Amino acid sequence: METFLNRYRNITVLLLVIFAQLVLLAYQVKSNNDVRLIRVWAVTAVTPFARTIEGARSGTAGFLDNYVVLHDTRAENERMRTELGRLKIENQFLKAELATADRAKALAVFESQSPSKMVAARVIATSPGASASAVFVDRGSTSGIEKGMAVVTPDGIVGKVLASYPTASQVLLATDPSFAAGAVSQKNHVRGILKGLGHGNCRVDYVQNEEKVESGEWFYTTGDDRIFPKGLPIGRVTVARSGNPFQEILVEPSGLASGLEEVLIILHGVHQEIPELKSSSGPVYLMPAPPGSDTAQPGAASTAMGEPATPATDADRLLQHYEEVGAAQNHKFGDNPVGSKPVDFNSQQKAADKPGTGSKPRADGAPGTLRDGATGRPGEGETGTNPPGVSSSPRPPVSPSQPPRPPVSPSQPKAAASQPKTPATKPDPQ
Amino acid sequence: MRYSEDLLHSQRETQISRFRAWVLLLVPLAAILFQVYIPRFFQFLAYLELPLIVTIYFALMRRSPIGGLLVGAAVGLAQDSLSQMPLGMYGITKTIIGYVAASVGLRLDVDHPMIRLILSFLFFVFHHFIFWALARGLLAQQDNFEAQRTLVLALLNGIVAVSVFHFLDKLRERA
Repeated sequence: METFLNRYRNITVLLLVIFAQLVLLAYQVKSNNDVRLIRVWAVTAVTPFARTIEGARSGTAGFLDNYVVLHDTRAENERMRTELGRLKIENQFLKAELATADRAKALAVFESQSPSKMVAARVIATSPGASASAVFVDRGSTSGIEKGMAVVTPDGIVGKVLASYPTASQVLLATDPSFAAGAVSQKNHVRGILKGLGHGNCRVDYVQNEEKVESGEWFYTTGDDRIFPKGLPIGRVTVARSGNPFQEILVEPSGLASGLEEVLIILHGVHQEIPELKSSSGPVYLMPAPPGSDTAQPGAASTAMGEPATPATDADRLLQHYEEVGAAQNHKFGDNPVGSKPVDFNSQQKAADKPGTGSKPRADGAPGTLRDGATGRPGEGETGTNPPGVSSSPRPPVSPSQPPRPPVSPSQPKAAASQPKTPATKPDPQ
Repeated sequence: MRYSEDLLHSQRETQISRFRAWVLLLVPLAAILFQVYIPRFFQFLAYLELPLIVTIYFALMRRSPIGGLLVGAAVGLAQDSLSQMPLGMYGITKTIIGYVAASVGLRLDVDHPMIRLILSFLFFVFHHFIFWALARGLLAQQDNFEAQRTLVLALLNGIVAVSVFHFLDKLRERA
């Protein structure tokens, strides 16, 4: 046995180490759980180095850049070189300061204007691997960062916190294939699922081909994913075309467009409204109510809310007419059990057609009711497909005891407007 | 017969390179730091697999299969713990690479630059293939194996590896 182990010692150790890692891997995949301790150790060990390198880099980058320039110009003219170098150093320094201040100001303004509670963080490293779509930021669980928190910039969403360690957090970028978030378009409010593609762009999935999405349109977060609050910009559509079975929509994530330096991590998200798209046409003009529409109609029926009915449009008058007819026949709309008698909307007309019921001959000899039928026979209009009350339909008969109604709309034909019309009154029940 | 075996063994012993403990600790750490930090500013350097190059070097030069696989496992797990992948993906891959590299180191003269270039090229392809196979088999990822891209990257990494090996040779302990 000892000889056997000595002879196959190497391969035995190899198999044991691989087996141990396979068990570790299987445990993570099976239980969807992370072996956190190892990652905490590794991140805690690497973070101080990364912080130190980042600090040294940001402190010396400007100086080194300018030193190279200074060295090149020395050959031409010593005095000019010195002056130029000094000015360039100063210029670079001020530019760097300005850029930093601009970024900080943008973050601060965004943070103060946003209702969500956020904390600023700086990107200090990327995840290893050529296809990595994750970065490390210098804020961890000691700053209140937790797994699943949204990471944004003033330009748009960046990603979500994949893991939080004491001194740093790992952020999965929106371009990672395993990233997903709810998305809605700004113009037509088309909903879909944002997914990473592993490179610069993202895709919006599950949008039907019938939905209208235009190139250049903005997508915003929906808030449905419980990670990103509603109303955060995602990006602009670069490609939108029909696909099978869903549309193929590519979005350029705006939060990642200008490189990642500083980000904001949302500790407590608050939903916001998606900004309305500004219309390219002129402002909407609301016309005033038609003349006479605000005058109280004698005997007007009250609405279900108990407010007095003041019909302003043909639709209002039609509704009022229906209510009156229903009330006259003791019918309650919405409560018509099986077998009950439906409302007879022609009853009023039939009553008007009866001799001696107040139907007054018109000046031109036609009966005193409005007819659109060619024959002018009473009741013919109601037998057609047009419902009563619409512009082409007959009006209720004129009652001799009531004054003629003023024209309701400037667009109403003059001939019809000149005819005496019956105000909204309760007709006699049959 | 016994004499010749002893002679061969002693010759191999003299070829085994030894390193100080800080070299074995800091060089892989520097390689991993390079991979997590430098691509932030130079995106194309993300394709440089310095942890793999370092693993190959230590395995080749120490000529100990167990040492090689342990170095590979440690570097791979450290790489795993900083990536978004489950722990063990890079670990298993580099364990195998470390073992195979050390086994090859026992049989070849690995001080020649051309041998180093070819071995680095082959190990890079092998590494990517194992990783792809593991991701496909264990994590059900449906990515295709991009052979052409892998070959180009393997050549670039091989060229870099020769330079890195040359630098690391200076950190060997003198006999």
